[in-house]
Amino acid sequence: MTPSMVFTQNGGTLSLREIPQHAPDRFAQALFSALSGGWRVVSYFGVQADDGVRLYCLLSFKSHATIGVMSTLVTGKSFYSLTDEAPQLHLFEREIAEQFSLSLEGHPWPKPVRFAPALGSLPGVTPHRPPTIGIMDFYRVEGDEVHEVAVGPVHAGIIEPGHFRFQCFGEEVMHLEVSLGYQHRGVERMMQGRPGERMRKLAETMAGDTTIGHGTAYAMIVEALTSTAPPARAQAVRGIALELERLANHTGDLGAISGDVGYLPTASFCGRIRGDFLNMTAGICGSRFGRDLVVPGGVAFDLSADGASQLADRIRTARDEVTNAIDLLWDTPSVLARLEGTGVVSEQTALELGLVGPAARASGLNRDIRRDHPFGIYSMSQIPVETGKTGDVYARTMVRWLEMEKSLDFIEEQLAQLPGGATRRAVGEVSAECLAVALTEGWRGEVCHVALTDARGAFSRYKVTDPSFHNWSGLAMALRGGQISDFPLCNKSFNLSYCGVDL
Amino acid sequence: MIKAVLARIKQGHRTMAYPKKPLPLPERFRGYPELKGSLCPADCRLCADACPVGAIGCDKGLSVDLGKCLFCAECSAACPHGAISYSGDHSLAANRREDLVIREGEERRLARALDKKMLSIFGRSLKFRSVVAGGCGACEADSNVLSTIGWDLGRFGLQFVASPRHADALWVTGPVTENMREALLLTYQAIPAPKLVIACGACAINGGPFIGSSEVHDGVDGLIPVDLYIPGCPPHPLTILDGLLRLLDRLE
Ligand code: SF4
Ligand code: SF4
Repeated sequence: MTPSMVFTQNGGTLSLREIPQHAPDRFAQALFSALSGGWRVVSYFGVQADDGVRLYCLLSFKSHATIGVMSTLVTGKSFYSLTDEAPQLHLFEREIAEQFSLSLEGHPWPKPVRFAPALGSLPGVTPHRPPTIGIMDFYRVEGDEVHEVAVGPVHAGIIEPGHFRFQCFGEEVMHLEVSLGYQHRGVERMMQGRPGERMRKLAETMAGDTTIGHGTAYAMIVEALTSTAPPARAQAVRGIALELERLANHTGDLGAISGDVGYLPTASFCGRIRGDFLNMTAGICGSRFGRDLVVPGGVAFDLSADGASQLADRIRTARDEVTNAIDLLWDTPSVLARLEGTGVVSEQTALELGLVGPAARASGLNRDIRRDHPFGIYSMSQIPVETGKTGDVYARTMVRWLEMEKSLDFIEEQLAQLPGGATRRAVGEVSAECLAVALTEGWRGEVCHVALTDARGAFSRYKVTDPSFHNWSGLAMALRGGQISDFPLCNKSFNLSYCGVDL
Repeated sequence: MIKAVLARIKQGHRTMAYPKKPLPLPERFRGYPELKGSLCPADCRLCADACPVGAIGCDKGLSVDLGKCLFCAECSAACPHGAISYSGDHSLAANRREDLVIREGEERRLARALDKKMLSIFGRSLKFRSVVAGGCGACEADSNVLSTIGWDLGRFGLQFVASPRHADALWVTGPVTENMREALLLTYQAIPAPKLVIACGACAINGGPFIGSSEVHDGVDGLIPVDLYIPGCPPHPLTILDGLLRLLDRLE
């Protein structure tokens, strides 16, 4: 009997031929037994094949830093959903159905994800035309005093578009349905072909506030496929940039959470300090979002000795100011009272839904790619993982703050001991007929890129999973039984990406 | 309370002096390009081939389309003759799409002020309704920044508002995905006339990194008329503010 999975590591490659191909029932069995043995799904997607649609599933086993891969072939017009037994698959399956014009049997929630044209279909079958965005049956609760609140796609502030339907009983939210797709740009379709500058720019703009997180994952894919090891100095600069990205976003969100409970001092201080972190990134590469810093083979900008010591000074000042601003929160009982017990996601729910990043850690799940599947500088230098217990807005706020402290420590440590040498190596030819996988821990959580190459070394499929893809249903669960007026607060504590999902 | 007061003293007054005093930008900031087409050998297309979005023209002399440009500087890295470099000049916004295509030796065509009548209507108070029509979220982040204390957009009478009915202008970011086209047009219609349209970022101007995707419209041109184009991916907040202040005749 073929083994159920073939194994690789973060930043590793496999020959497509090595990947076990199972019949659908054996695939389901192998998947369930992996999940019950402590594996979890990092990616699950379809690929157009000559004889049908091939499904690939990538799983992570954290204590061995191992990634397992297996596949199956769908030859009929439908495939059977495994969501009932494995809820973490629910959105992946909907996506596969939509992208490959398949129907999904037995799924509790078989709805469009992006209202997007199909990427492919079974041989000889015309791909589905996409449904009109927003037109579908929303989940409805009927009864006296039950009412529905619909919000979006255009929201009140300068925010990405999405549509939310709340089923409410008075103030109480019984259910929130999140419907996205408005930002859909066709990124995965455009990521087919030869790797190059265009692909790198697309990777950086999959979710612009995670330019370093996605940019690094893309670079790791190309490095894996060309067997390039970036120099140590480049790895350190990437790590600094990734932590600066985390600091900027966490600071902005803690400020926004504070603003949403009407506590303005922290809100306005953090609004400014976030900019200081962005400007530190711009000090390294000219762009506040870290555009064009990470390139396959290393980084495009070096940090001079002067630059490093200036950055260290700026970090020291920022640490002082941001600590001062955030301490006000922990000292203000009325703020804490609004955060505690609001928007609870239990550990069980987080586990079943497969949440990642600070949202998962705040619910007690101890997962972080920087430690579990270390990449780049994190294989040399560890960052402690922070978790919470209560799964509420308070825990998500606290975990973010604790992570900020660790990021500040990490950056100071890296700046004090920057390795010497080059910052970039040339990349060679891309291997043909391979699968490469790269995971990074962006500020929202796990960023996963998977690439399949064809016989000429071009991407035949490039699959991206932004952390938001795992986490949007966590936000919906956080609202259950809560007050509709808590929505903005819950929303800020997750701060999920719309474009990262819509791709 | 006392802690909040102490924190206020510690954090200090932080609104920048710009436009009275210049704002220093990082050394590696990439702004207005400098072209030296005279250095280009005949038939050299190295820069154009390196550009991921086709922003460079080599045919009738060297040109850069700032409406498409992502300011990645791949073109200047690819050019062995030093014909393209990116300066630290943040002023980039223009009123007309064609003014964004720059060529060596041509006069700079930066955004001009609105006419007298429009200035009398909008010169002291201009409210924007933002529609995010795709993109990556970075243009939005740097538009939002303008409302923080450091930039304090309100001191110029500029503000982002929650309803198109309260707005004088539409603020577009993103390449206009097919899935946002209708919402964008409906929001535009809901703004009372006279109204302005601002296209912020490479996406909104011409599709940005997503140019050519079958699922986007390559920007707002052709869908609604635009009064101010602000280049960049994303534009630096200073580039945005510079464009707005030029439009309102607030920069000498
Ligand atoms: S800087 Fe602009 S013109 Fe030059 S390669 Fe990049 S996108 Fe093209
Ligand atoms: S122009 Fe660039 S920064 Fe702005 S939304 Fe588009 S991709 Fe993002």
